Amino acid sequence: MLLEKAACSDRKNMAASLFRRVSQLKVYRRKIHSHSLSCAVFRHRWMKRLPVVSGSFRMFSTHTDKQETLDLSKFPADKIRNFCIIAHIDHGKSTLADRLLEMTGAIAKTEKNKQVLDKLQVERERGITVKAQTASLFYSHQGEQYLLNLIDTPGHVDFSYEVSRSISACQGVLLIVDANQGIQAQTVANFYLAFEAQLTIIPILNKIDLKNADPKRVESQIEKVFDIPRDDCIRISAKHGTNVEMVLQAVVNRIPPPAVSSDDPFRALVFDSNFDHYRGVVANIAVFGGRVRKGDKIVSAHLGKTYEVNEIGLLRPDEHPTQRLYAGQVGYIIAGMKDVKEAQIGDTLYLQEQPVKALPGFKPAKAMVFAGMYPMDQSEYPGLRSAIERLTLNDSSVTVQKDSSLALGAGWRLGFLGLLHMEVFNQRLEQEYNASVIVTAPTVPYKAVLSSAKLIKEHGSEEITIVNPAQFPDRSVVSEYLEPMVLGTILAPDAYTGKIMALCSNRRAIQKNMVYIDDQRVMMKYLFPLNEIVVDFYDLLKSLSSGYASFDYENAGYQAADLIKMDILLNGRSVEELITIVHRDRAYNTGKAMCERLKDSIPRQMFEIAVQAAIGSKIIARETIKAYRKNVLAKCYGGDITRKMKLLKRQAEGKKKMRRIGNVEVPKDAFINVLKRKDK
Amino acid sequence: SPWSSLWRDPVSGEVPSLVHSLLSWPYCLRRCSYCNFNKYIPRENNSHVMTDCLQRETETLLQLSQISSITSVFFGGGTPSLAHPSTIAAILETVSRQVKLPASAEVTLEVNPTPMGMSKLEDFCRAGVNRLSIGVQSLQDNDLGVLGRDHTSHQALEVIEEAQRLCPGRVSVDVMFGRPRQSVESWEKELSDLLRVCDDHVSLYQLTLERGTQLFKQVQQGEVTVPAEDVMAEMYQCARRTLQQNGFLQYEVSNFARNNAVSHHNMSYWRGKQYIGVGPGAHGRFVPLGDGGVVREARTQTLEPDVWIHEVQQRGHGTRRKIQLCHLQLLEEVLVMGMRMTQGINHNHWALFSPQMNLQEVFGTTSDVHQLLQKGYLILDDRGLRCSWDGLVLLDSMLPALLLELETQIQQRPQRNHSADGQTQTANSQCE
Repeated sequence: MLLEKAACSDRKNMAASLFRRVSQLKVYRRKIHSHSLSCAVFRHRWMKRLPVVSGSFRMFSTHTDKQETLDLSKFPADKIRNFCIIAHIDHGKSTLADRLLEMTGAIAKTEKNKQVLDKLQVERERGITVKAQTASLFYSHQGEQYLLNLIDTPGHVDFSYEVSRSISACQGVLLIVDANQGIQAQTVANFYLAFEAQLTIIPILNKIDLKNADPKRVESQIEKVFDIPRDDCIRISAKHGTNVEMVLQAVVNRIPPPAVSSDDPFRALVFDSNFDHYRGVVANIAVFGGRVRKGDKIVSAHLGKTYEVNEIGLLRPDEHPTQRLYAGQVGYIIAGMKDVKEAQIGDTLYLQEQPVKALPGFKPAKAMVFAGMYPMDQSEYPGLRSAIERLTLNDSSVTVQKDSSLALGAGWRLGFLGLLHMEVFNQRLEQEYNASVIVTAPTVPYKAVLSSAKLIKEHGSEEITIVNPAQFPDRSVVSEYLEPMVLGTILAPDAYTGKIMALCSNRRAIQKNMVYIDDQRVMMKYLFPLNEIVVDFYDLLKSLSSGYASFDYENAGYQAADLIKMDILLNGRSVEELITIVHRDRAYNTGKAMCERLKDSIPRQMFEIAVQAAIGSKIIARETIKAYRKNVLAKCYGGDITRKMKLLKRQAEGKKKMRRIGNVEVPKDAFINVLKRKDK
Repeated sequence: SPWSSLWRDPVSGEVPSLVHSLLSWPYCLRRCSYCNFNKYIPRENNSHVMTDCLQRETETLLQLSQISSITSVFFGGGTPSLAHPSTIAAILETVSRQVKLPASAEVTLEVNPTPMGMSKLEDFCRAGVNRLSIGVQSLQDNDLGVLGRDHTSHQALEVIEEAQRLCPGRVSVDVMFGRPRQSVESWEKELSDLLRVCDDHVSLYQLTLERGTQLFKQVQQGEVTVPAEDVMAEMYQCARRTLQQNGFLQYEVSNFARNNAVSHHNMSYWRGKQYIGVGPGAHGRFVPLGDGGVVREARTQTLEPDVWIHEVQQRGHGTRRKIQLCHLQLLEEVLVMGMRMTQGINHNHWALFSPQMNLQEVFGTTSDVHQLLQKGYLILDDRGLRCSWDGLVLLDSMLPALLLELETQIQQRPQRNHSADGQTQTANSQCE
């Protein structure tokens, strides 16, 4: 942002020079212009799902030696507005996006335009958009043609880094709040992201058509929580299109143009990337300075690799190639990158001959939640591997590590940005792979501060991250253990405050803040150990508040914690794959639950089995699987023994696959039952 | 015992001289709530057709098996006592017309202890039946109702008495434990009541909930509860003790006899002998004629009586499925069945089927089996391999380990060809 500001002084010069260039170039009058009069649109991915490609679009995307079909130089920075829409789940972000597209002629007004972006089941179910979408809209306002770049952001805090990068490509945000539900946890989180980025915030109250809508109350919440004057709010119904025109006007009038210059060296922010099997990586970029054209040699700041620009263009429903992209504009670039890891979100691109300082804020993705994934049957390993490879092609934020478990065989330990990210990945995997995958319960990356000089030397650092519990270093060589923390925001009607506070304190959370945002709704902030919310916290919160509470969190670093390694013993022998790192306060509950699940899933055997949870040599929980007192079919003649033989043979086959812990035979299912995520 | 001495190696290619046969009468008057056997409520009186077909199939299969002598015949069901005595007579005639059916052959009929069944008992015996197996199931009238039986305990007692008059020393009673609401105490009482009236043979059934039965559904829906696993175990042990104290020798997991009144038919079955199954849904194990006549087949007759009748009328038999048993499969059956007997599998018996590898070689080497031997559940000595008193109760927990070991050993050691010494030929049929 600082760099942008520096460029600001040159703005007048830039505008003037741009104007000269615009006037020199012919403007291609397109049919679509005469149809839609004031608007034209450039969309990106929407188009793939909509059969509205008109003949005229096709003309543009056909590469002939005709002159440039679309001259972007006629949109200097002061005719550009870059904005995004942020909202809590289901507050109508996608619906508003659809309306904006319709009103600017991007897509035809049909019933089908209902959140056309959200195609994953988890997206539809939870009313969220996971992958950022971008569209360029043409909008005529008071006789001037504007290029409005709608940079749609992922709708969840797991992707807050992506959101923050998208936001850094914008100068303003539309903050949507449901006029019925009011401010929710994610509204707050999103607001602060935009606020900290010093963007112009346009508050929009959506769903005013609903019977229970109370825009006045919500406006006062906005005033109280965000310190935004209530008069700034625009009341709309995205569903019916009410006042959406006012939103477009506000975008032009209130949001400042990007403070950039086409005369500066080329510099662009990668804010999203996708993988295309035929063309490689398609990176979405915001041009922060200068211009870029086909054939330019560019460098990615993070990896320092050089590429040649094969294609650039605007993000329309389909990619729409152009000859150039100019400062302030948003579009896509294809430059022979083979892997999304080469176009990481937040990275900077510049021209090879004009190196510039990278844009601030780049962070490689950091996994916060880990889960093991194993094929149900080892023969399915190659299939699952290629499915995971395919998925990670498009999502550089998933970390993949080969792993193998004595019980579950060869598999992977995957790292995700957060819980939703994991869920989205799993669902994509299911769709893509169409077979059962064993997903283990999520774990978080703990850290240990080593005290032994020898170990520090061995690891090359004092602080190590522990992902696999089997590698948990002993207390004696550690000065302290650390666990990842998150700052959680909960908004709920005050009737549920008591229950919510009990739940939070049960999860080792510390209350940081509690305010009434109006006379009924409370906003609470808690510092949680991440581990306490990864499994079932959200579901419990939802159910104890009858669905009224909303929850969101942001990462809050690491904090010292009394972590211990818990063993699970079968007849006194430790089971390696069940070693768990747990907070001392939670050891008993966790240990007991694991013992119970094991008891239920290990079949009775000829002798008694003690299932124990232990910390060091101390047993903290025990379950007993009693020995079989009788196991013989008490009737076997006359009929066919084929069935009995088959059953016995199956048991014999199963016996081969069982894991032996001492004299105890443990079926794979038992491990799956203990290790896998509980079904909701 | 007379059986093993007459037995011929099924892989030898010689025509076996002894086969027992199982005849199934598929009809019942009603469906018991726990039963998932193949049975049909007769729509009309077709016993004449049925008789013809049973005779015809008996003829066909006996021919195919090329046997010369039958040691036992068992009429099971369904409810074979619903058949007319003349049907039984006709079938036995068919058998004796074709092969040797010595007067000493055991001919068992399963009987439902109803007044109707009782009225025909004498005629059945006149037709050639010399052993009666009576499906008493319970001496509690309430329980009989829940089980869907069509007799009362009083009737059962009467039938037992009549049966003993007709076939003294050759009457078996079937009783069932693990019934809904049954307790160990009530079972003990019932057993002692039964012991006062029964003959020399008792078969114990444990009620097993079979999918698709009415009782299964009732238990699923929580309308009926059956005793817990451990209670069942206690009932079984209690019955074993009680029967032993009353002079009954347990000779198989669920069979008890005194005065040497063992069921020869079932003994043959557990000893892995060949048998022919006749009638809808019947199963057989024999080496059919042709193909060199060395491979034993598992045969299943068509299930639905009407279809079966049609098939028998068309081609003389209603064999729906025949699967060749390879050497390993045969040994597996011999093992699984043999271990159910308290005497287990003796060395000679095993050698008939596995001349190349003795019991010690197959089972004596692994740690799994060793553990079972050490714990005293299994016994492997100069008599053979068998379960101990404590081990028999846990047989199904031990069989997977034994089967695994058998498979490993058989596959490790290729079959030697014994045809040179004129005794055995290689069983070439390998398991898939």
